[in-house]
Parts: sequence; C-alpha cells; structure tokens
Amino acid sequence: MSVLILAEHDGHHIKQSTRQLVTAAGAWQQDVHLLLVGGDLSAVVDEAAAIAGVSRVLRVEAPHLTHVLAEDVAAALLQNAAGYSVILAAHSTLGKGALPRTAALLGVGMVSDVVSIQAPDTYVRPTYAGNVLATVKNAHALQVVSVRTTAFTPAANAGVAEIVSAAVPAPFGKARWVSEHKTVSERPELATASVVISGGRSLGEQFNPLLDPVAKKLNAAIGATRACVDAGFAPNDLQVGQTGTVVAPDLYIAIGISGAMQHLAGIKDSKVIVAINHDPDAPIFKHADYGLVADLFQAVPALDAALAAG
Amino acid sequence: MKIVVAVKHVVDYNIVPRVKQDGSDVEIAGVKMGINPFDEIAVEEALRLKEKGIAKEIIAVSIGADNSKDTLRHALAMGADRAVLIQAEGALEPLGVARLLKAVIDREQPELILLGKQAIDDDAGQTGQMLAALLGVGQGLFASQITLNGNEVEVQREVEGGSELVALQLPAVVTADLRLNEPRFIKLPNMMMAKKKPIETLVAAELGVDYAPRLSLQKVAEPAPRKPGVLVNSVAELVEKLRIEKVLA
Repeated sequence: MSVLILAEHDGHHIKQSTRQLVTAAGAWQQDVHLLLVGGDLSAVVDEAAAIAGVSRVLRVEAPHLTHVLAEDVAAALLQNAAGYSVILAAHSTLGKGALPRTAALLGVGMVSDVVSIQAPDTYVRPTYAGNVLATVKNAHALQVVSVRTTAFTPAANAGVAEIVSAAVPAPFGKARWVSEHKTVSERPELATASVVISGGRSLGEQFNPLLDPVAKKLNAAIGATRACVDAGFAPNDLQVGQTGTVVAPDLYIAIGISGAMQHLAGIKDSKVIVAINHDPDAPIFKHADYGLVADLFQAVPALDAALAAG
Repeated sequence: MKIVVAVKHVVDYNIVPRVKQDGSDVEIAGVKMGINPFDEIAVEEALRLKEKGIAKEIIAVSIGADNSKDTLRHALAMGADRAVLIQAEGALEPLGVARLLKAVIDREQPELILLGKQAIDDDAGQTGQMLAALLGVGQGLFASQITLNGNEVEVQREVEGGSELVALQLPAVVTADLRLNEPRFIKLPNMMMAKKKPIETLVAAELGVDYAPRLSLQKVAEPAPRKPGVLVNSVAELVEKLRIEKVLA
C-alpha cells in the first residue's frame, strides 16, 4: 500500500506545501506518490520527481485542467485512488475544495487540517478556532486527510522518482472557471514567507505607508487582522488567522494587533513572535517572545531606520 | 427559485470553550449556543435573493437534537419561509450530515443550496463539498459574491492570493465566506412571527442513509502556552535581541 499526495504547483514550481506533505506522509512508512494536475506540467514534473521520499509522480495533464476546478481535481483523485491506503492534500484552497469531494465520492469520511500524526489512523487537529486541540481516530480503511502544512518541515531534494502519465477524467462540465484576480505583489507569498509583518486596524490609512518599507527591507510578506480587512485598510487575501491564512514564519511581527484568539491560532507555530502595541494590556503580549509597548507611528519608522542602518 | 439553506446549532462565537476536566470533550452543558455565523451569512444571502425577486421560497434545514430548533427559529425570524429539523442524537460527521441533507434536497428539489463555509465548532469545512459530490453538482466555495445569471450562478470566491470567479450550472452548492454580506438584526415582532412558522421534524434513522460516525474523539486539550516572552524598552533593544536570535540579518 502507499500514500497518494495531491501536489500543488503554479505552473513553474512545486509549492513548498507539497514538500511539507511529503514529510507528513513519512508517518505511514509507505511508498509516497505525487499526483500532479494541470494543463502543462512540463516545467514541474522533474522538480516533483526530485523530492526526497517520493517514488512515483502521476501526471494528469489536459488542456481543460489549466485553470483547475476542484470538481475536476476530485475526479482525477477518484480515478487514480485505487490501491492507496492514504490520500493527503494541503488544507489549502485546492485541498479544501477537492479532498472532501473526493472522500464523499469514495464513500469515506475525512479528517481536516491535521497538525500532528500520532498513529496511522490518529491525528491531532485544532477545533473551536484553535482554542482546542482534538485527537481523533479515523476508523475508515482508507485514510483521507488534509494537513496544516506549516506544522511540518519541507522535504529536501534527493533521488529521482519515476514519472508516469495517469488517467485523465472527462471534464466535469457543470462548472467553469471564468476569471481570477490575484493581488500583484513584489512581496513573498504570505503562507510560506520566512518573515511576516502584520498590521491591525489601528494602523488605519497608514497600513501600507507604515508597513511597506519595513517589509521590503526584511523581504517579508505583509499580513493583516480580520478587523483591519473588515475596515477596508487591507485586502481580503492578507488576512492572517484561523479563518484566513495560517502562517508559521521564522519571524512574525505584529504591529498594533491586540491578539484575538482566531488570529493567534493562525500564527502560533511562528518561531519568534514580536509584538509592538501601545496598549500594555493587549493579549498579544502574552504570546509574543518580544514585546515593545510603544506608539506604532513612532516605533515602526524607528524600526525601519534601524534596519536601514544595518 | 427554491433555496435550501443548511444551518448548524453551535457554541456561541463569543464563548471561549472549556475542556472537560477528564479531557474527554469540550464542555457544552449550560453553554450559550446559537446559529453558526457562516450559516447565518448563508441565510442572509438567500433572503437577499428573495428580496430581489429571484428566490421564491427559502427552507432552512438543521440536523441534531431538539435544541437545533433554536437555530431554525433564528433562520425563520430572519425571514426563511419554513424549516426542517432532522432529528439525530449523538455525534455527527460531515459525510453523514451531507447524506442526511441530500435526503431532504432530493425531496425538495431546490435550484440553489447554501451553507456556511465551515462550522465554528469542529472547523472541518467539508459538508458543502461532500453534499455537492453526492448530488453530482458544482460547488462554489468561500463565496464573497453571488450573481444569478439565467441557468447559472456566478460565484466570486476568496482564494489564496486574491479572488476567483466561477460559473456553476444550477442546481449548485455555494458556501458562504465572511465577507459575502452582513446578516440583518432580528426585530422582536419577527421573532414572535417566527414562532408561527412551521418546523417539520424528520427522524434521521428513518431516512435510510448511513450516518454512523467513523471518527472517535480520543481526547481534547488546550494548546500548550508559548514560553513567556520579555518586554523590551526600545526599538534598538528589539533589533539587538532579534539579531541574537538570528532572525534578523
């Protein structure tokens, strides 16, 4: 028996989350296969095959898979699922869309957003917005599991897996991709950046002017709280937290963030958390490794100047 | 157009859940409960489609013990036309819930099925997708805007790095994200009127579907607190500490 991983890529590179899934898959001590879905996989199959621990790459390639729909990805997983004892995906936009659909088509339940694999059928996962960690055992013979990838280290490169063409399902047909609007940014991707600087609502219209220069110097991704997004100071896709993007950078800098539970749940795996807030009683200080009680509008430019000075 | 909205009765979003002393589960006895906030957004969206003259009838469906009627009454007070409670005791899982919902949907034949993107208790985020799979229809997840267009529903979705627009043939399943709308405040007279609206009760065990749980809760715990941090006095001191930690160059 072996583990099938739904790999993710952007057409040019394999996403880091796939490498983290390969590490997670190590818990089963079985062969690990990657399923790649896309319109043109020529730029990414070799990269997928080079990931340490992967023995086979299944290539599901067809023009209708260029702007991929969860319905078609689920069909691809379903068509290639025979013989696997575990199906893994990231708890990402793609994984959240495709994996529950696949599980239902296979007639099995699944476990979402696991942060730890305790045994081949037992997992730890956050519930209640991260306030509770539940240990659950899944009685299904086929384990279908989505993974909080930030909880696992990425697998490195080694060896070469075999690359095989896999069955391509017919297009689902009842859904079509129309368009997308991706935020164009020079900053690294929020979910995988090694430094993240986030702002709260109190930054107001100064959100970008204040955070941009520091983010640039640190090569950091910019994040925001739900309140800040709701108030219209930052776009939706910057939201960090249990209901937004979960991050686990080496350095997380929280600027003017009080520390709501759902926000903390999304940053708690960060290596070092820094909080700068004018309110000494803000809950964030209980969770930060380094706290500075200061006026944001002075402290952030001062931080920028200190970084510029080197 | 007929719309079915699925609603879940959950621990109120303002409550910080407490773990039982024996670590067997979360304590919910005596805890304030209410409609899952994402489901409330789904109900609101259905109401807006009705107010625009697109939808004719809105049916709220919930699954669980008798107290789920409180959440159905909430949906009725918001403006849903009628409600169905599928009575089921004990633990329920997304696949079982999706199968039970399908039984009602097969009977009602709605053109649109709305749900929240996830419930704020188990945070699984599976039911809408599983239901769409069982019905063999398209799924529009994490909707921030819904537009009906002839025989299609266009769903603007919140995805990593931005948004995406998909078009689904009706019938379709759409799950609501936070920014789809802001649910209305319920006025007292509507609350009173809701008591006169019908709640039909079905018994889960009589619907001929397998909803037996396969996941067993081994234990629950509160997350380990981070090691206590230190307060620094200046930006200079902060930068120095971060250089010692080697997270700053």
